[in-house]
Amino acid sequence: MNIHEYQGKQIFKKYGVPVPRGIMVKTAEDAEKAAKELGTKVVVVKAQIHAGGRGKGGGVKIAKSPAEAKDLASKMLGMILKTAQTGPEGRKVGTLYIEEGLDIAKEYYLGVTLDRATSRVTFMASTEGGVEIEEVAHTHPEKILRASVDPAVGFQPFQGRTLAFGLGLTGDQVGKFVKFCQALYTAYVETDASLVEINPLITTKSGDVLALDSKMNFDDNALYRHGDIAEMRDVAEEDPREAKAKEFDLAYIALEGTIGCMVNGAGLAMATMDTIKLVGGQPANFLDVGGGATKEKVTAAFKLILADPSVKAVLVNIFGGIMKCDVIAEGVIAAAKEVQLKVPLVVRLEGTNVELGKKILRESGLPITPADNLRQAAEKAVAAVK
Amino acid sequence: MSILVGSNTKVVVQGITGSAGSFHAKQCMEYGTQVVAGVTPGKGGQLFEGKVPIFDTVEQAVKATGCNTSVIFVPPPYAADSIMEAADAKLDLAICITEGIPVNDMVKAKRFIGGTKTRLIGPNCPGVITPGAKCKIGIMPGHIHKPGRIGVVSRSGTLTYEAVFQVTSLGMGQSTAVGIGGDPVNGTNFIDVLKLFNDDAETDAVIMIGEIGGSAEEEAAAWVQANFKKPIAGFIAGASAPPGKRMGHAGAIISGGKGTAADKVKAMTAAGYVMAASPSELGTTLVEAMKRKGLNA
Repeated sequence: MNIHEYQGKQIFKKYGVPVPRGIMVKTAEDAEKAAKELGTKVVVVKAQIHAGGRGKGGGVKIAKSPAEAKDLASKMLGMILKTAQTGPEGRKVGTLYIEEGLDIAKEYYLGVTLDRATSRVTFMASTEGGVEIEEVAHTHPEKILRASVDPAVGFQPFQGRTLAFGLGLTGDQVGKFVKFCQALYTAYVETDASLVEINPLITTKSGDVLALDSKMNFDDNALYRHGDIAEMRDVAEEDPREAKAKEFDLAYIALEGTIGCMVNGAGLAMATMDTIKLVGGQPANFLDVGGGATKEKVTAAFKLILADPSVKAVLVNIFGGIMKCDVIAEGVIAAAKEVQLKVPLVVRLEGTNVELGKKILRESGLPITPADNLRQAAEKAVAAVK
Repeated sequence: MSILVGSNTKVVVQGITGSAGSFHAKQCMEYGTQVVAGVTPGKGGQLFEGKVPIFDTVEQAVKATGCNTSVIFVPPPYAADSIMEAADAKLDLAICITEGIPVNDMVKAKRFIGGTKTRLIGPNCPGVITPGAKCKIGIMPGHIHKPGRIGVVSRSGTLTYEAVFQVTSLGMGQSTAVGIGGDPVNGTNFIDVLKLFNDDAETDAVIMIGEIGGSAEEEAAAWVQANFKKPIAGFIAGASAPPGKRMGHAGAIISGGKGTAADKVKAMTAAGYVMAASPSELGTTLVEAMKRKGLNA
């Protein structure tokens, strides 16, 4: 799950990670009030969307007076903000964060995430900020400083010093950076974050170390123990169909194609999409019904696929392990009847109770095209949309 | 011989009284697996299916039954704790089926088991099966398997079934099939399993199935190129996956730009794998890999 910058900064503040003062607003009038309250010579008006690259897209502007803050806010609220990370459709801006202006001395990059190779939380720091950071990681990996945290002892001061001196920090800044990292590690672990990124982290001319930005992602599997964070979900930032899928505990991602897919297992679901492409078609979605799906879940999945108007055929590919083929067959039939299915349906079943499942499909009276393997199923689905 | 599990494997089921645990414990027993104990805290002293003794702790189960392998069906909030309990009881192998364990719990559990003798398979995996020893530990459909000499290792559960099914359909069988699980933190990686298959006299050839994300497949490919002696076929799921809407850069930085399907296929092909374009061709691709090394299927 993702949250907004201002929410990330609330969490930072709670754990003692220094952030600039700021106020979240939803109207231009409140933006003016917030600028007055902050009382600094300049304030920064920042669009709150779940994507990076906002500055280049026009979502971060400096206001030299409360009146200008109001003016900028009225233009920014409601605009469709397109950045390198939003995709071409962009995001509608509904919330702003008004932040005090600071005298920035230097900008850095700091990221914290899991390193799968070591199974440890890893800090990454660099003097190179901005979007170019990925390019730097690719071409000059040695320019990214790393610290791998032992979960038994947590982030250690020496690791903070190594990063700080590596970044070229001096004097008081070193100690401040060490404390910053320790607080950030605590925030990461205690909130079950999966990513924390500060781009940029800044030093000010008065010698402070602050998080000028915040991106936080959380581990969905741990949200059950973080009610306060779960409440920060902004449904407006999510694809409505993906949000609906979550209600039924289905993994669904909307795509551009015409062949709707319902598959069990993420690997097989991806492989089904791959095979559709391989034989000349385009998948309309990724949908993993999971291991222990019920008839109701299959029905929900089916409705979700058919709610997409660009779907011209549906391919069901199930290899029953935990899931029994007869349960799938019943779910498919119930859903097909309920939504009065009008598009061709290709079904490939294999695994537990496969004969029973195939029999149920055959005797349903519905125009279902059976397939014996994945490639054949994909070919039949592609033929059906052409 | 096979790998990881065989005729000497005596299984304790952690979470045996839960719905998934009881259903699959029964399935495993019907297949022929020696399920000698179950663990559900607070239910010690009862019997499962009228014959398998239930204990409060894994330690008690070990003392009373000599079990050496655990399979874990405990719900996600408690699963990491169960993994650590299995390791503390000095089991040889713990196979965790549970899906949805918080990553930070697994980071700690992995650190904990690092100093023990226990090997962890999973979590979020279908388990391990050695058909020749009638030993099925996990949730895979037993009837698609057949005793034989092909090793299977995969990150994806249902794709493992695809591979197994095709191997069986072609008249070959499996020495052992291992699902290592798709979670970011898991106990056993491709290389660990490939080493075991390389040294196993009863495995002639291997199918390895990976997916996008991380760099485990690239690392495995490098190891295979330098060390692996047997024919090996591969498949990577996710070639068509969209780049995805991302929040930041950290994921890309940590992998150093690796992790796409194309990168993985390239690395594996260069290392001597014969790659399948679709999972439907896993079986025939394996046959091709065997032919190239002068083996008949």
